[in-house]
Amino acid sequence: MADLTLETMSNQYFDVLKELGNIGAGNATTALAQMLQCKVDMSVPQVKLLEFKDVATLMGGEEQLMAGIYLGVEGDITGSIMFLLEQKSARHLVGKLMGMPTEGDTFTEMEISALQEVGNIITGSYLNSLSMMTNLKIYPTIPSLAMDMAAAILSVPAIEFGVIGDNILLIQTQFFDEIQLDGYFILIPELESYVKILSSLGISWG
Amino acid sequence: MSEVIKVGMADLNVCVSPNSITTLGLGSCVGIAIRDPVTKVGGLAHIMLPDSTQIRNNSNIPKFADTGIAELVRLMVAKGANKGRMVAKIAGGAQMFAFQNKMEMVRIGERNVEAARKKLAELKIPILASDTGDSYGRTVIFYPENGDFVIKAVGRPQKVI
Repeated sequence: MADLTLETMSNQYFDVLKELGNIGAGNATTALAQMLQCKVDMSVPQVKLLEFKDVATLMGGEEQLMAGIYLGVEGDITGSIMFLLEQKSARHLVGKLMGMPTEGDTFTEMEISALQEVGNIITGSYLNSLSMMTNLKIYPTIPSLAMDMAAAILSVPAIEFGVIGDNILLIQTQFFDEIQLDGYFILIPELESYVKILSSLGISWG
Repeated sequence: MSEVIKVGMADLNVCVSPNSITTLGLGSCVGIAIRDPVTKVGGLAHIMLPDSTQIRNNSNIPKFADTGIAELVRLMVAKGANKGRMVAKIAGGAQMFAFQNKMEMVRIGERNVEAARKKLAELKIPILASDTGDSYGRTVIFYPENGDFVIKAVGRPQKVI
């Protein structure tokens, strides 16, 4: 167990994590549709294990403006989860939620709070499905929002992953309502939590 | 023609004038720019974690403040810089989220800055200027020609330290 890393994880385990990602993102999409009261489609999520330096590139470059919602996970498993959304997608969602289009480079306090709520619901439904599938108790902590360059926001999960390796496990989801919204989940369980997740699904480790 | 050399996350590189060296979107990571003003050999390290000795999986040298700075200095000396003349500037180490959950991750930006300062002090490299902390990301460009360290952030005027 001591030498367990994301890099040495076998394909079977990786497939399980992919499936968890798919279902979680699916539930998050449903929640989003309910919140916006419109139909939201979702593409099949892509689950990738990426090197730090490639993550920001995937999101459109290190300086791409993103909104990031970050929260801790407690209970049977510990770690954290982050949901990232391109800033222009974030603006679209907030406008829709508040019933009026928003403009400009900055968000008002009201818009920030709406965006925080979006993040809450999306990450919450994601964690819910994880909890239901694994029968593990998972409690989210208070979420926190940052709007900044992709690389700067990503430094936070990268540092957490950095303690155990040089890669990030990323789930990329595309939502569509009228426009395409690119969202990214980064799930950061501590290594012992991976074992718990897998064994709760009846998969023994090593 | 001068080139701009790019340094990624957990990465470092050496740069000789008239070229410049940049790293994009420093968050809680710290960018350490070092220069020998005589030979105009410079370098930039983008470190993520303070201390390699606290981590089991620590083979990635540029990831840590202690090993990253030592390696940068070594590479600069190999390019003709004199260690005794080196001066440094640092930026980054922000706390990106008002709240971060895990105890050891609290103040990670601040701890990265402290670790960088400590390692530079140990190597007797004076810090001429710094722009650290706060809660926003920074893109930095370093010019070994004159030592300018340009800092850009979203919605803020550009700074030169």
